[in-house]
Amino acid sequence: MYDIKALYEAESVKDAIRLLQEHPEAQVLAGGSDVLVQIREGRRAGCEFVSIYMLDELRGVSIDGEENIRIGSLTSFSHITNDPVIQKYINVLGEAVDMVGGPQIRAIGTIGGNTCNGVTSADSASTLMAWDAVIELTGPEGARRVPIKDFYIKAKVVDIKPGEIQTAILIPKESYENCFGHYIKYSMRNALDIATTGCSVNIVLSSDKKTFERVRIGYGVASPIPVRAPHAEEFINGKKITEKNIKKFAETVLEDINPRDSWRAGKALRQHISVVMAERALRDCVEQAGGKVDG
Amino acid sequence: MAKQYKVVHCKVNGKEIEQVVDVRSSLTDMLRNDLHLTSVKKGCEVGECGACTVIINGEGFNSCIYLAVWAEGKEIWTLEGITGPNGELSDIQQAFVDEGAIQCGFCTPGFIMTSWEIVNSGREYTDDELRKALSGHLCRCTGYENIFRAVKKTMLRRLGKDKEAEMVNSQGITEYPEPMPFK
Repeated sequence: MYDIKALYEAESVKDAIRLLQEHPEAQVLAGGSDVLVQIREGRRAGCEFVSIYMLDELRGVSIDGEENIRIGSLTSFSHITNDPVIQKYINVLGEAVDMVGGPQIRAIGTIGGNTCNGVTSADSASTLMAWDAVIELTGPEGARRVPIKDFYIKAKVVDIKPGEIQTAILIPKESYENCFGHYIKYSMRNALDIATTGCSVNIVLSSDKKTFERVRIGYGVASPIPVRAPHAEEFINGKKITEKNIKKFAETVLEDINPRDSWRAGKALRQHISVVMAERALRDCVEQAGGKVDG
Repeated sequence: MAKQYKVVHCKVNGKEIEQVVDVRSSLTDMLRNDLHLTSVKKGCEVGECGACTVIINGEGFNSCIYLAVWAEGKEIWTLEGITGPNGELSDIQQAFVDEGAIQCGFCTPGFIMTSWEIVNSGREYTDDELRKALSGHLCRCTGYENIFRAVKKTMLRRLGKDKEAEMVNSQGITEYPEPMPFK
């Protein structure tokens, strides 16, 4: 039995918004793999919750009218990994969320919850950052869209206004077209562990496959919130695919990231693996895109 | 706040169920306390150990971090549902016995439900895929090798590969015989 003061079950998105307005103290409960555990720990004991888990309208992946990839916020990690649209256009996201927890956690955990908890170690977050995802929030005044870099405000705080819920995550066409990505999670165990640091890189090569046209890199646990490495990106864009450029790119990420010492790992270790991961992930992307490292 | 109750309708082990639950109950609570399906173990209760694993709509879930009210309309299977009408062991359970994959037995029902999902899929998993599929369970007795072997052998037998199942060695690796020397 959970220590829950009251549970309000939403029957539609509209109903969920109404319930949140009626019960301003209530917190949103999606898959519960974080929230229920935190109730058990006492951190959220005795609170009121609005459960949105039964809203199947928020599940599934599709291509919408504007050619965005639209991921319903309640889509579970396992369904994202097995989805044909994800596998075709943004396979790296399916691979990244396949590293969350264990199989049973991936069956219940939702991508909406993974972003709304505002945690830097979320396995989906660095990839969504690196693909310029757009967060769709629906509230009393209707839906609004926020770029993911603005959605994260600070550790555990995201841009959700009272009465709002996250309804979808969108990947715009200009972001996923001709783009190849790779995610590396560094953790102590292969399963049921949280990333010491995670790194997600994606690239678009020039048509002759000799130049980096666009490189984007996102990190988890390299800052209080998931971040990009703008200096590294700026350096490599438009450069030839060479050993020297790849190395310089990886070293430049240190100008952008700010990992901390924690009981999981020290700052120095995180800085070191961040550089190594940037290089390895970029090489993997080059290979996927059919490019070759020259000289 | 007054106590909140709700009627949940679902299918458990093939039977239609209508059950009044306290909305604060986990699915583990409902299955154990109301339906007396005590194969569903209460282990860590935070989704780490996998002892409470049940199959919901074809997928394995930790029933401890799943609210009972979310079971509405779902099809749920527990260990009690996979035995024969007179309690005969299914092939996967028998394999756990044969391979010594059970010691204290606490993790076993959960492990068997995940294994059942694997062997029912009709797919041949690689050794790495099998390990990953089983990684959401903790066992403090067996050291996992015997469990791995039981699942792998059952999977192969279900696929009609009885010969290959016999070639699985004690480490769980398939040992193909040396090719016949050329004469």
